[in-house]
Amino acid sequence: MEEKIHQLQELVRLTAAKPQALIQQHQQLVTADLTSIIIQLISTAGSLLPSVNHPAAPIPNLSFANGVNVPDNTNMVSKVEDHSDHLDDDVDEGENLPPGSYEILQLEKEEILAPHTHFCLICGKGFKRDANLRMHMRGHGDEYKTPAALAKPHKETPKLVKRYSCPYVGCKRNKNHKKFQPLKTILCVKNHYKRSHCDKSYTCSRCNTKKFSVIADLKTHEKHCGRDRWLCSCGTTFSRKDKLFGHISLFQGHTPAIPFDEPNQSNTANTDTNVQGFGFFDFSSCGSGEPSACFSPFPRNLFEESDSLSFLLSGSANYMWKNGGESSSKDLQ
Amino acid sequence: MFQGKMKKQKRIQETQMNPFDFVSEEIVFAILDCLFDRKPFSLVSKTFYAIESRHRRTLKPFPRTTSDHHQLKRLLNRYPSVTHLDLSLCPRVTDSCLSHLSNSCLNSIDLSRSKLFTHVGLSNLVSKCANLVDIDLSNGVHLNDTAAAAVASCGSLERLCLSRCKALTDIGIGCIAVGCLKLRVLNLKWCLGVSDLGVALIGVKCKQIRSLDLSHLLITKKCLPSLLKLQYLEELVLEGCCGITDESLVSLKQGWMSLKTLNMSYCENVTHVGVSSLTSSAGCLQNLNLAYGPLVTLDLSESLQKLSKLQSIRLDGCHVTCSGLKGIGNWCVSLKELSLSKCTGVTDDGLSSIVTKHTELKKLDITCCRKITRTSIARITKSCVSLVSLKMESCTLVSSEAFVLIGQYCHFLQELDLTDNDVDDEGLKSVSRCSELSVLKLGICLNITDQGLIFIGNGCQKLIELDLYRSIGVTDKGISAVARGCTNLEMINISYCENITDSALISLSKCCKLNTLESRGCPLITSSGIKAIAVRCKQLAKLDIKKCLNVNDSGMIPLAHFSQNLRQMNLSYSSVTDVGLLYLASLGCLQSLTILHVDGLTPSGLAAALLGCGGLTKVKLQSLFRTSLPRLVLENLEARGCVFQWRDKVFQAELDPKCWKLQTQDIE
Repeated sequence: MEEKIHQLQELVRLTAAKPQALIQQHQQLVTADLTSIIIQLISTAGSLLPSVNHPAAPIPNLSFANGVNVPDNTNMVSKVEDHSDHLDDDVDEGENLPPGSYEILQLEKEEILAPHTHFCLICGKGFKRDANLRMHMRGHGDEYKTPAALAKPHKETPKLVKRYSCPYVGCKRNKNHKKFQPLKTILCVKNHYKRSHCDKSYTCSRCNTKKFSVIADLKTHEKHCGRDRWLCSCGTTFSRKDKLFGHISLFQGHTPAIPFDEPNQSNTANTDTNVQGFGFFDFSSCGSGEPSACFSPFPRNLFEESDSLSFLLSGSANYMWKNGGESSSKDLQ
Repeated sequence: MFQGKMKKQKRIQETQMNPFDFVSEEIVFAILDCLFDRKPFSLVSKTFYAIESRHRRTLKPFPRTTSDHHQLKRLLNRYPSVTHLDLSLCPRVTDSCLSHLSNSCLNSIDLSRSKLFTHVGLSNLVSKCANLVDIDLSNGVHLNDTAAAAVASCGSLERLCLSRCKALTDIGIGCIAVGCLKLRVLNLKWCLGVSDLGVALIGVKCKQIRSLDLSHLLITKKCLPSLLKLQYLEELVLEGCCGITDESLVSLKQGWMSLKTLNMSYCENVTHVGVSSLTSSAGCLQNLNLAYGPLVTLDLSESLQKLSKLQSIRLDGCHVTCSGLKGIGNWCVSLKELSLSKCTGVTDDGLSSIVTKHTELKKLDITCCRKITRTSIARITKSCVSLVSLKMESCTLVSSEAFVLIGQYCHFLQELDLTDNDVDDEGLKSVSRCSELSVLKLGICLNITDQGLIFIGNGCQKLIELDLYRSIGVTDKGISAVARGCTNLEMINISYCENITDSALISLSKCCKLNTLESRGCPLITSSGIKAIAVRCKQLAKLDIKKCLNVNDSGMIPLAHFSQNLRQMNLSYSSVTDVGLLYLASLGCLQSLTILHVDGLTPSGLAAALLGCGGLTKVKLQSLFRTSLPRLVLENLEARGCVFQWRDKVFQAELDPKCWKLQTQDIE
């Protein structure tokens, strides 16, 4: 432990010595080093301190040790991401844990905001996932190429349910708050912190209005942004036609609005001199002349299909944009 | 005559005051109402001109007025009190035309036959004519949702017809529903872009609706609950709405007390189950149309019995069972109108039981009920003495003596259709006793001769319409008798009555109200007969002289001169040439022209004639003209609103009329 403190002191002195000339990469390396040292400090400290059933004791998260343990499979991550919407942050869905039956962990702000959570002990490089770290370790020697080393370390059955507290003072998720509502996983903590206590740095490039602090939120928004074709005269947009009509039937004076890029408009003959051979209707042939409507089982499908087709078109445009946009959002990180 | 007298008086009393100054305008207007043709009146003096200008309420401009909007403007300035503007003769109505219609008196406008206007013109029209109450935009296939939104800004609108406006969608209808809250009559027939959402919104917003036509729309039960809430809805037409099924009707739990007329013809997915639920909920129904719909069984008849106010029912084209018919015969209510036209399974038994019960029947239609015999006719005539309309086309098993009974008992008959029956002169003698008869159809009646028509001429003074299609026993003598006796005749069809000559036409010219003459396949008719008609029948609107081989250009000249109302002509197989057609081009009203297999036509002459006609909307020509007529000419005509129909019909030889009869018997 003393060793580690010495190392830390060295580093701090170094960084303090030359404040200006530090390049981006150097900074990153330094922060990585710092974090790894801090982590190791904490882990050793943690191993010294008795870990008891004390909800108040700020017991460090053992999972940080050696870059293991955080159940970071993609499945889990995505599940948690889907689950942890803005709403879920605030509402604790019927948690039945009596106070005292679970332990509360609180991470530091820097830990939460750290881009990497797993660190290589040899070179200090940081990774988001344990699996990525294991892959990296292969480069450090043959002993890391064994199936045992590459295997995912299974998590020991947790003896205690863990809940997390937000470090921000005054937050409802802070353990010191009167109406404390704990967060369930580390990912929840991260998302909550970024959404509630960080400023929103990512903007949707489509509407240029909506801002987000979590990139996943931005991506979810982009899926739905700009797709609302159904427009009311009051300005509200709707994603579905029946929603628009429900809105109009509720209020007086609201009418459906016709968006400017409606394809129908381009077909009208606006000028007198326009010689258009539109399909003229034979006035004399009345009821018998419409086989398409009478005999096919449900031509209505045609209209629904056209809706879905145009959906596909807009969806594909979306996709194209996304591919182009993907790189730009990566740059932001 | 009256005007002549006035002129004389004026000259005599030059120094004295004009007596017309003492007569109030209302009285003059009343006089004008009685005059048939007001144009001479307006030409008498400046005062009269001014009075006539103020009097006119409806205006039906010729096509040439809309092609130049200065003309239209002058016309409208002359008649400031016009309330109804009928533009059905003008195929070409542009936005600038509509923008010039700034008239605060205008209540109603008919744009059903016009094209080339868009939402711009419509919004100008609606903003300038604040009292617009009735707009007819049928056949507006070019009208889109923006146009509908323009119409929606007319808050005073009460009647709107949008039939065949296929480009309209729920969005446009939604705008109309919100904007035109006073709407009472709405027609959305064939507006295939409208779905349940649009119709439901109409139910929510347009609470004053009395009549709604949703024929052929792809609607389902989802819109019905909203329609049920319309308190004043009296008439609903759901013809061809295949999305409405038994299930939809079963879900109508609440009552539909205001509904009086319901048309559910061609709804293939409705059976007696659906009808049964319908009759439970719509208890006040008076008129029900289930043509080409459910099977008429005893269940159906019994469920229909619940409708205590039912007056009229149409079951055209449905298959009926004998028990079903007898069930109808058991009802408590007494029907006024019944139609079993083209129903299979109608027997003497069933029909007799119906008519015995429903003695107050006014209208009965048993067209193509081929199993009916004399017994039914006897029953009908004896029970239903107040019959006003009887249609029994193709009831071929009925023997000739049955028709005598018609005249004997049914004196109130106004409409009688005996096409393709065995009626003979004795029958006609009896029929002539029906002095109220106005429509008489005797097509393919091979046993009638002039003698029968003489009786008709003597007895049926009120006859308006006479159809003698292929009744070859008729000659000039019979026609003359009819023309002499029935001076109010407006429509006559003597097609394929080969023995007709010019003298028949000369006698027909006495009927000055004649507007339709169909004399196809009468080879003995020549131009002098046509001339006689043209000179005296000024109201002639439709003329069909197909296969009248001896009519040539000299028949066209009097038509061009006198028949200012001529709209529709068929000159196929005649001897008319370019010259004759060119004369016809001066007719301002001519809208529809069919000229097939006319040898005397050349491309240049035809082109000149077609270009000369201002208001042509439909021309049927041989396909070879499609290539031989100059491209620019065709484009010009199409731009003016004319539709070309190209036909490749092979020259047809005449069929023996008797072979028609044989064919119909084969069907059985």
